[in-house]
Amino acid sequence: MTSYIIRRLLLIVPTVFLALSFLFFLFFTLPGDPARLIAGGANRTIESGVIERASERYGLNDPLLVQFKDYWSRTITWDLGESFLTRRSVNDILGEKAVASIRLAIWAIIIEIVVGIPVGLLSAIRRYSISDRLTTIVTAAASAIPVFVLGFVLQWLFAVQPNKLGWPEWAKLRTQGIGPDSWALFFIPTGDQWRYLILPAITLASVSTALAARMMRGSMLEVQRADYMRTARAKGLRERDVIVKHGLRNAMLPVVTLIGIDFGTVIGAAVLTETTFSWPGLGSEIANSVTQRDLPVVLGLTLVVVLAFALINLLVDVSYAWFDPRIRLGKGEH
Amino acid sequence: MTLVDPGTPTTATGVPEVASAPEEIGEARPLRADVWRRFKRNRLAMVGLGFLIFLGLVAIFAPLIAPYSITERASGQFRQPPSADHWFGTDAIGRDMFSRIVYGARVSLRIGFAATAISVIIGLLFGALAGFFSGVTDTVITRVIDVFLAIPYIVLAVAIASVFGRSENAIIIVLGVTGWLAIARIVRASFLSLRRLEYVEAATALGFSRTRIMFRHILPNALQPIIVIGTITVGYVILAEAALSFLGVGPQEPTPAWGLMVAAGKGSLTNAPHLLFFPAGAIVLTVLAFVFVGDGLRDALDPKLK
Repeated sequence: MTSYIIRRLLLIVPTVFLALSFLFFLFFTLPGDPARLIAGGANRTIESGVIERASERYGLNDPLLVQFKDYWSRTITWDLGESFLTRRSVNDILGEKAVASIRLAIWAIIIEIVVGIPVGLLSAIRRYSISDRLTTIVTAAASAIPVFVLGFVLQWLFAVQPNKLGWPEWAKLRTQGIGPDSWALFFIPTGDQWRYLILPAITLASVSTALAARMMRGSMLEVQRADYMRTARAKGLRERDVIVKHGLRNAMLPVVTLIGIDFGTVIGAAVLTETTFSWPGLGSEIANSVTQRDLPVVLGLTLVVVLAFALINLLVDVSYAWFDPRIRLGKGEH
Repeated sequence: MTLVDPGTPTTATGVPEVASAPEEIGEARPLRADVWRRFKRNRLAMVGLGFLIFLGLVAIFAPLIAPYSITERASGQFRQPPSADHWFGTDAIGRDMFSRIVYGARVSLRIGFAATAISVIIGLLFGALAGFFSGVTDTVITRVIDVFLAIPYIVLAVAIASVFGRSENAIIIVLGVTGWLAIARIVRASFLSLRRLEYVEAATALGFSRTRIMFRHILPNALQPIIVIGTITVGYVILAEAALSFLGVGPQEPTPAWGLMVAAGKGSLTNAPHLLFFPAGAIVLTVLAFVFVGDGLRDALDPKLK
């Protein structure tokens, strides 16, 4: 087990190195001159000398390979540099955005677990019932709606309509920004915070909840056919015990994996939700920086996102072996 | 919905006995007829197929269906709600939404199919290589796929979109070169299992070239999952196009792309929600149709799965 974990950790290194290096070189093929951007924007007329000074300061005149080497020797010591645009240190930006992202991600995952698993389970137990058919259609629809459209629909239903119809103040939800940013125990919203949190959390959770429900249903249907389920029924266990103790435990495995991977994904890839609700998270910051060619921010934040994704995946694989003793990690691989 | 009664116990390996239902035993039928017979039973898939045929006809006959052109502006009628003149209302500069959505079917289907074709070709090539030649080739390709999967998809798409620009063809390339990873994995998995079968051994013994074995012998047997994932991918490409438009790196005005219309409609949510809901509805229905048809194909092509 330990040797497996060490090997996986070592594999993360080249993956992260190659991913970041690819982005690094991709950026130097993008049209436009980063020095010009630093000097004050793409279209403004710029005093002579400003571009040269900016290029000098950030080493943008060096040969590409030298810049590449510099970038990695700085990154290895966790010196992520500063934003071309705002001159803020990337570590500061990271600290602020990552916290907002993780809080939103935690709530999306909570929704995924609390809604996805029971819905999928019920759907499997009552196969072909009306509620099962409804679940099939609703989960398919949830993954077919563009995330931002769902966000707008929710905004319209819970923020625009309540205003028009004069709902009481407490029932109106907020649609923009992070709000008072007040939390207890890191992720529990306090005071007015929940009104800012709830719509983005639902929006972010929609697609993964639908997937989790579908996977739970499929997995449970498969388990229902297993011999040990027949045995459990045959020895006269209550149907509830059969489902929960024998069925659910085994059917949960692939779903747990999915949810784990989702957590790794939603931290950095919530771009659309964050943009729709102006939630100041990592994904939208990266996307903005990409369009503005703010290279240090893109590379610094992506580094963290990629690392988090890889480590969480590793954690999921390890916990998988812990849940299911039949799985022996690192042995008998093809 | 299935040939096998759900209660029928399957063998330990999960493979049901061949011809378990009595109706299966009878005169031989061509595979295609068999697949179609199973596909027909899936109501959602048939509805999806019907919608896609309808959409295809709309795209082909767009000039006959649309009452206005995509750039024609009705003077003074901005953000009008749906009416007899303008079925889906008018947009922020007075253009007829119905006509733009009708023409948008062309754009979406073109982007969807072309980008998927690119993804399938790249994914097929790399997946086949990785699955057929294990060892170094496989390791390298699998690593490359892992690297690209590690980069958040939108970051990759936005970055590549800023290289290629925002013409319709550029969007097709962006979505095509970012969408092949999942397909390559699926193709790799089927090649990996198929190349161990006897008929491949026989073909090797006959001295056929490896290219011929890969594409003439193994590929036809690996086609089923590719057809399924290809169908579903078309839907997701249309979704991705909408996401790129929303982030401002999708197709440009006056292209009547649905995603672009949704992105433009987001500002008028309070006063003119129809600007958002009609193009969004078109996207949702189209994506759903592709997903349902894909699911139906999966069940019809491989009855073992259910």
